[in-house]
Amino acid sequence: MQVVIAKTKKKPLDFIADQIPKLVLSPTILMTIVFIYGYVIWTGVLSFTKSSFLPNYKFAGTLQYEKLFENERWGVAVDNLFIFGGLFILICLALGIFMAILLDQRIRAEGAIRTVFLYPMALSFIVTGTAWKWILNPGLGLERLVKDMGFENFTFDWLINSDMAIYTLVIAAVWQSSGFVMALFLAGLRSIDSSIIKAAQIDGASLPKIYLRIILPSLRPVFFSAFIILCHIAIKSFDLVKALTNGGPGYSTDLPATFMYAFSFTRGQIGLGSASAMMMLAGVLAILIPYLYSELRGTRNA
Amino acid sequence: MKKFKKSLLAIAASSVMSLSAYAGEVEVLHWWTSGGEAKSVAVLKELLEKQGHTWKDFAVAGGGGESAMTVLKSRAVSGNPPSAAQIKGLDIQEWGELGFLTDLDKVAEENKWSSLMPEIVSKVMKYDDQYVAVPVNVHRVNWLWVNPEIFKKAGAKVPTTWAEFKEAAEKIKKAGFVPLAHGGQAWQDATVFESVALGVGGPEFFRKAFVEHDMKTLQSDKMVEVFEVFKSLKQYMDKDAPGRDWNIATSMVIKGEAAMQLMGDWAKGEFAAAGKKPGKDYLCVPAPGTQNSFTFNIDSFAMFNVKDPENKKAQAALAKTILEPEFQEVFNLNKGSIPVRLGMNMEKFDSCAKDSMNSFVSTSKSGGLVPSMAHGMSTTSYIQGAIFDVVSNYFNSDKITAKEATQKLAKAVKASI
Repeated sequence: MQVVIAKTKKKPLDFIADQIPKLVLSPTILMTIVFIYGYVIWTGVLSFTKSSFLPNYKFAGTLQYEKLFENERWGVAVDNLFIFGGLFILICLALGIFMAILLDQRIRAEGAIRTVFLYPMALSFIVTGTAWKWILNPGLGLERLVKDMGFENFTFDWLINSDMAIYTLVIAAVWQSSGFVMALFLAGLRSIDSSIIKAAQIDGASLPKIYLRIILPSLRPVFFSAFIILCHIAIKSFDLVKALTNGGPGYSTDLPATFMYAFSFTRGQIGLGSASAMMMLAGVLAILIPYLYSELRGTRNA
Repeated sequence: MKKFKKSLLAIAASSVMSLSAYAGEVEVLHWWTSGGEAKSVAVLKELLEKQGHTWKDFAVAGGGGESAMTVLKSRAVSGNPPSAAQIKGLDIQEWGELGFLTDLDKVAEENKWSSLMPEIVSKVMKYDDQYVAVPVNVHRVNWLWVNPEIFKKAGAKVPTTWAEFKEAAEKIKKAGFVPLAHGGQAWQDATVFESVALGVGGPEFFRKAFVEHDMKTLQSDKMVEVFEVFKSLKQYMDKDAPGRDWNIATSMVIKGEAAMQLMGDWAKGEFAAAGKKPGKDYLCVPAPGTQNSFTFNIDSFAMFNVKDPENKKAQAALAKTILEPEFQEVFNLNKGSIPVRLGMNMEKFDSCAKDSMNSFVSTSKSGGLVPSMAHGMSTTSYIQGAIFDVVSNYFNSDKITAKEATQKLAKAVKASI
């Protein structure tokens, strides 16, 4: 009897202990609501107004969206996102998986090599952009180096060629991020139950076959997380463009993020900038919602 | 004990004195960060500190001032603008309309500003017929900077028309130099474009196209010709131009790597900082075909509403100091521009500045004085941005013809009005 009483009667300290997690988390939750969702909503509202130099609230209907889709520069920015994002994700994944598989062969000095490949990830995109700006500058970097070595006809001027400049962004971004993808896959490879592989080996399967049929399919979750992370790096890419090409030559390497910045903040067309920001959000959601849907459904089934 | 009391008194007295000497603080936002420019802004700081005020420097780098304006907007929206900010041209009207600027009429009346500067200048400084900004200097944009030594080596003649320019540039190219130094940033492309437009079309054409945005002029054959001449300059630039800062392009002319640069007279500050003498080490001539016109770019400080009365006093002192002859002379000597104050003694100025002053006065009478499009004096930032996009994209891409660019220009301007 006494035991039961002791259990139902709560000590005052218990009450505090119950509340502490809520108390500690509440500022974070509040800040998330205000500074993420609040501002998303505010940007959405601004995109339907005539805001120009500073925000104002004269309703303008879908005028800003119409203007946005008529704007040639926005078209270039969206095309560039597909070129840049597509190539960046594809090459990063392919290169990352390839390097992970090579590193997985129990080679010597694996730790050192892993660090070398992963290290670029520790740099910010601004540093990457600046470094590659020098490397790719025809008068300073690679082209000059090869020419000085005696190959007079060598040209590599993508950085200043408005048709090719977008690919220099891909080069720099892949250089920075493929090591990270490699690390993800390497961790995935190591977590696979070795008895399955041994069983396959006993059955006489060749090494490529083991990778293609057993290992890579079981890395599906890793593949998805890498894909999602690369996607969001591609869509929010801003600092790399600013440092490497600053959107140029002309506006040939503009991405939606740099477009949004230019129009909202330096051109004084906040309404148009907000509309472009909402289009970026729509792009992110278009990738995220199917992913979340499949993830959540997966856990429910499990 | 007595000694101790005395020293105590002395300490008390000195602290009172230092309190009374403390006056207001002015926080000044500007983007004068390159060598010659930074030197000029230090002059203003010194003069103000002499009057007992504190100067809080708020420099944001970036030649065209784009990043500075971004910072300013965020400060203004959050209710904490600086006392003064480097705002110019039609942007002053926009800030005035939003109610951020303070009325300077009292200072202006006391110092008779209206009689000190030409009317075309004071008009820009007023919002709703009240002074809200102070002009600092007048820049001429349509200059051609020349390294005479390279011209001598190449046996070329300093050009006065675009046809002569072509001739000279070919010779210089053959001699192994870069004929035209350039930085491929949008505003620099537009600066060159503007000089070409003025040289090919003349001031009337310029005004119709970039001030009045007359559709007929924007789509005219003359504009096609402007675009063609503009593109033809690309072959005389080096390959590394895209993204280069203007002062690095100027240093190419200083070092004797390049023969010419089309740039406003702020470039002279770089020549001066490198210890070069005008007429000997370098020449300044009007951009080809623009001998009788003058594209002006006026730097000015707009004054924001500040609450603290001491800071308000400091702000008024800043406004007054800017237009005083002492500052006008020293500042413009360093910056390479000419004083905005009329009737100044120009003795200390070099030949370039004297030429500039003469043509400023003469073109204001003849009608050749036009506001610079590339530097935000003729259009709002929206239209300017639209023009920049077309001009810079055309210049950097080989796929667009001059005719298409003309159509695009007209369309872009129409969409931004």
